[in-house]
Amino acid sequence: MMKLWFKSGKPWIWLNAAAVSTCLIMVVGLLGLITVRGIGHFWPAQVGQYSYQADNGQQEIIFGEKVDATVTSLAAAKSAGYKMAENEDALIQYQLKTGNRDITGADFRWIQARRIKEQSYPLDMMVVERREWGNFYGQLFEVKEDHKVIASGDQAWPALQEKIAEALTVFKTINQLEKKEIGTVNYGLERLRLKQKSLELENRWDNVAKKQLAADKASYDAKYTQYQAKLAELYQQIRRYSLAAKTESGATVNIPLAKVVRAYQPNAMGFFDKINHYRIKLGEFLTDEPREANTEGGIFPAIFGTVLMVLIMSVIVTPFGVIAAVYLREYARQGFTTRLIRIAVNNLAGVPSVVYGVFGLGFFVYILGGHIDALFFPEAAPAPVFGTPGLMWASITLALLTLPVVIVSTEEGLARIPKSIREGSLALGATKFETLWLTVLPMASPAIMTGLILAVARAAGEVAPLMLVGVVKLAPTLPLDGNFPFLHLDRKFMHLGFHIYDVGFQSPNVEAARPLVYATALLLVLVIVGLNLAAIVIRNNLREKYRALEG
Amino acid sequence: MPELNAQKKKLSMAKSDRDYHERWRLLKDSIARYGVILGGLSVIVAVVLIFFYLLYVVFPLFLSASAQSISQYNVPEAAQGKTVLLDMEEQNKVAVRFTDMGQIIFFDVASGKTLLSQKVALPEGVQITSFSQASPTSENTVVYGLSNGQAVIVKHQYKVTYVDNVRVITPSLYYPSGEQALVLDDTGAALEKIAVTAGDNATTIVAKTADTPQSLGKIRLTHFEKETSLFAEESKLTRSDAVLDMPAAGVEAILIDRNKTSLFLVGSDGRLSIFDIADKTNPVLKQHQNVVETGQKITRVAFLNGDLSLMIGESNGLVSQWSMVRDKLNRSTLQKIRSFKVSDKAVVAIQTEQRRKGFVTIDDEGIMGIYSSTAERELVKKSVGESSPVAAALSPRANALLVQLENGKINVWDVKNEHPEVSLRSLWQEVWYESYPKPDYIWQSSSASSDFEPKYSLTPLVFGTLKAAFYSMLVAMPLALMGAIYTAYFMAPRMRQYVKPTIELMGALPTVILGFLAGLWLAPFVEEHLAGLFLLILTVPFCVMLFAYFWQYLPKTLQEKIPDGWDAAFLIPVILTSGWLAFAMAPDLEMLLFHGSLREWFKTELGIGYDQRNALIVGIAMGFAVIPTIFSIAEDAIFSVPKHLTVGSLALGATTWQTVTKVVLLTASPGIFSAVMIGLGRAVGETMIVLMATGNTPVMDMSIFQGLRTLAANIAVEMPESEVDSTHYRVLFLAALVLFTFTFVFNTLAEVIRQRLREKYSSL
Repeated sequence: MMKLWFKSGKPWIWLNAAAVSTCLIMVVGLLGLITVRGIGHFWPAQVGQYSYQADNGQQEIIFGEKVDATVTSLAAAKSAGYKMAENEDALIQYQLKTGNRDITGADFRWIQARRIKEQSYPLDMMVVERREWGNFYGQLFEVKEDHKVIASGDQAWPALQEKIAEALTVFKTINQLEKKEIGTVNYGLERLRLKQKSLELENRWDNVAKKQLAADKASYDAKYTQYQAKLAELYQQIRRYSLAAKTESGATVNIPLAKVVRAYQPNAMGFFDKINHYRIKLGEFLTDEPREANTEGGIFPAIFGTVLMVLIMSVIVTPFGVIAAVYLREYARQGFTTRLIRIAVNNLAGVPSVVYGVFGLGFFVYILGGHIDALFFPEAAPAPVFGTPGLMWASITLALLTLPVVIVSTEEGLARIPKSIREGSLALGATKFETLWLTVLPMASPAIMTGLILAVARAAGEVAPLMLVGVVKLAPTLPLDGNFPFLHLDRKFMHLGFHIYDVGFQSPNVEAARPLVYATALLLVLVIVGLNLAAIVIRNNLREKYRALEG
Repeated sequence: MPELNAQKKKLSMAKSDRDYHERWRLLKDSIARYGVILGGLSVIVAVVLIFFYLLYVVFPLFLSASAQSISQYNVPEAAQGKTVLLDMEEQNKVAVRFTDMGQIIFFDVASGKTLLSQKVALPEGVQITSFSQASPTSENTVVYGLSNGQAVIVKHQYKVTYVDNVRVITPSLYYPSGEQALVLDDTGAALEKIAVTAGDNATTIVAKTADTPQSLGKIRLTHFEKETSLFAEESKLTRSDAVLDMPAAGVEAILIDRNKTSLFLVGSDGRLSIFDIADKTNPVLKQHQNVVETGQKITRVAFLNGDLSLMIGESNGLVSQWSMVRDKLNRSTLQKIRSFKVSDKAVVAIQTEQRRKGFVTIDDEGIMGIYSSTAERELVKKSVGESSPVAAALSPRANALLVQLENGKINVWDVKNEHPEVSLRSLWQEVWYESYPKPDYIWQSSSASSDFEPKYSLTPLVFGTLKAAFYSMLVAMPLALMGAIYTAYFMAPRMRQYVKPTIELMGALPTVILGFLAGLWLAPFVEEHLAGLFLLILTVPFCVMLFAYFWQYLPKTLQEKIPDGWDAAFLIPVILTSGWLAFAMAPDLEMLLFHGSLREWFKTELGIGYDQRNALIVGIAMGFAVIPTIFSIAEDAIFSVPKHLTVGSLALGATTWQTVTKVVLLTASPGIFSAVMIGLGRAVGETMIVLMATGNTPVMDMSIFQGLRTLAANIAVEMPESEVDSTHYRVLFLAALVLFTFTFVFNTLAEVIRQRLREKYSSL
């Protein structure tokens, strides 16, 4: 019976089916994993107060959020050197996020479940998100202004919220002043310096020019002093407030509100409070700048850099891809040349992306960029302008990388357009170009769109070549700002994919950064899956449409 | 009549208008045609450009060096004595000649014009009996041994200033131990041979004294240590003395390494004595070694940059490299690493480079050769004179050579030698590097120290690349191909409509995310659940088979309710359950068979170490990335097998499985092959996953539990830090070129096969 069953080949078919199922499980599992880990990061977790007995019998109090738990079997725990009692069959350990890195030196701590003597979630447990040193966990007891207590006890919490809001407004003003106004002044001064140098190079550095430049410089300097005075005043204002809180060891810690992003009491929050908190945190994540070596705060510059790079790339790749596809489908006689081009396209698609990076760095950055600098920016020497990795070269490199995607997709679309349409157009006296421009390409536009979307999806997730041609872990300024010429193609930029690599692997505090990496990964996956689904939908619609045309 | 004319005119005007318009249309058409043709061909141009650009950067690595004589002039101040040493400063502008009369003559390299001539400060009435250059040569220090047992240390230095944007180099002399001569031998015996190693705070001098009526000559070691206290300005000089217990007779040359821990005495009998002088008061003889072939003599000895090896020239034209090598018992002994047959005549000069592991030799007949020790390359061979040269100097940047000939002329040679350290041999074969116990494949491109020997073996990287590709194909191939067979041939069309895009979506996922998960989630998970993972490979197929076996005994009514080709959907819970079972059973099984931990068991019982980020992790993660590529192409190939073939086979009574294996797979096999090729190409070139999921250690170990470094990851790691146009930069380009060629071959093969297949299908 068994032999016969095997002979029928059925089991092999089942095994093949199992392979498909495994693949599906892997895809769905992976997406699920990222979603679960990424989505939970902004939810305010309960902060516990643990009364803990350490190995040496000493009692201590620990404040912290549970972030992870492991169960080690009895044998493994024994071999790892834990003393296990007779009745225990496993060792349960919790990882707590205890924060207060400035005091204890570490953000996280592992504790053994069996040593917890008591555990509770006091309502007044406070989490303070700071601009330095990560989170603070403790219990608030005072709010101070100019070292004088202005609220304590029950009044402290509302007073704190009020003062934090006030400090944040000041902080925003300071930020605006430093980044935007003073940034503009600095940019202007730098341009003046370059102008002077270029005038000197052209031998036109005469008295008129000197006077003009000096006047410009004076106006910038005046502005600068004015901003500086304003800043000093604002700094004084923001430094006035501070809070005092008790840590787990009972020590009192003063935290200036200038360093506080927000404070909340997670244990006292209701469900809707938590949703609101989540919404705010999510908003911060998407629109704010990173803090603390990218491990906290938002990823806005990375999103912005990715989008801008992808846009510039699209502008470059679309015409080239479409023209190549049109040649292959509409103009070339099918034969040796088209075969050669198809091989070339496949090779472009198959060349490892890091090779594109190497090529981009050597050819675009050093050769093209170097020549551009020598020709157009002699005044900036020896500092390179385009002769260093930057946005433009990254976009061009990725355009080259995604070219085959656009070609293949466009060609497929062109192939699906019924011959009768072209013949009809030609029969009415249109030239080949007119046929192409007025009938074929408009009909193929969804296919081109599909190709472009796929190219964008590919470019958004590509990291290896970008590491070589322009992506950095922290770009001081966005490549698009209010200073002429507004779009700075020579600037370096941040990128979502690289952000994941950098924060996940190069960060000094990987453990603390991990939730943020999952959140970033989730965002990137959502964007890419969304783009791909859009491409699939467009393609399917297109197929339907042409089927109708043919029928 | 005029009206008619007017009308005619109007018509003709309209006609010319239309003509113009027509012509414009045609022009546009042809412009578009050429534009499109150009655009189409530019794709080929792009691929060719990438290839040739990579080649263009790599090419200079394999160019051999060149040397050419640029000027010749008379020896400056020839009357001031015979040359004992020539040297040059950094910019190749000023050279210096030291004479046996104690005269130091600085001269212009280009013209030979004397810039400054000074006599070294010597005590009254004594002669110079010995002279030597200090190690390292970049310190620009020399020492004179005197007839009264004293010695003088002199440093020649160069100050660079800019006067009106013109560089001016001013040479001067400096006495680091003061102008007062140092007394080395109290009895006043002449110093016949001398060597010095000068540093900022310590100076070691070893000298051989002449026989005197009272006593035989000795080898004396004197060490000065300057102790500067942190706050006081003045420093204290402490001195220690020792005498080597070895007869001084027959010692031809003395060398001290720059760390002042080893002393080498070259004997006239071709033997080398090595002393450990780490303790300056108690030198210990470590080794007494014959370093030449019988009957030959040592003609020249010089340290290779870094002072870790000695280059020993022999009278038969052989130059061999000897280095301290640790043996199995962790004793370090001097051993011959390699040798160069430089000429048939005696080697009279060996000049080593100051920044690389290269050297220049000149033989008795004036034949000069430039060599690289690591690459074992002979870069240049040229005659610099008719006879044995008097002295030679290599510039600090090794781009100029001065040779003083017997006829009283100095020749200046311009040397172009950019990338000596790379050869096909050093890239692909085992090389015996300094301080390594045996020849090995090593990739180690940079280090903090300047006298570092770069190790550019691509072999471990290619090995890592292939290893990663192998394990990922091991994961991907069965899953992708089996999945493709099922999806293309058995699956219900409605289900296929969803399954195919889902799996293809897998391929669209950024590899940085796969790498991140592999490194930060999968690697720790597998480390914990290694046994579970292996168990999974057993339980899943077993449970699937079990399920399938009992499936046929299900009531027919129930079976018929389930539409054809949806089996895969039913298997999902089965696989999930069996997977859970594997991980649940694993700890108990480990307890039973492997003393609690499979990982530990591998280590203690089989001696297989475990890295957290290893080839297994890469295999799974990269397999994940490759599956969609293979799946998609293979599925297309199987799906487009013409229907009449399968229907024919079924009609002849074959079972579906027989049809699949004997007809469908056979017909689609070229397509499947090209799918595997393209998948392999992708696995070879994948960067981010390998970068994040392995430890990036360039080791050559086939073990699945060890890390690796691939060509692609190596480029990503090192490219941003490499200096443009340096050897390292070009070797990285070579790595990129190798990757490009790999994938080019795979992809072209795959594409050609696919094109053939398409033709075959259309003819069927």
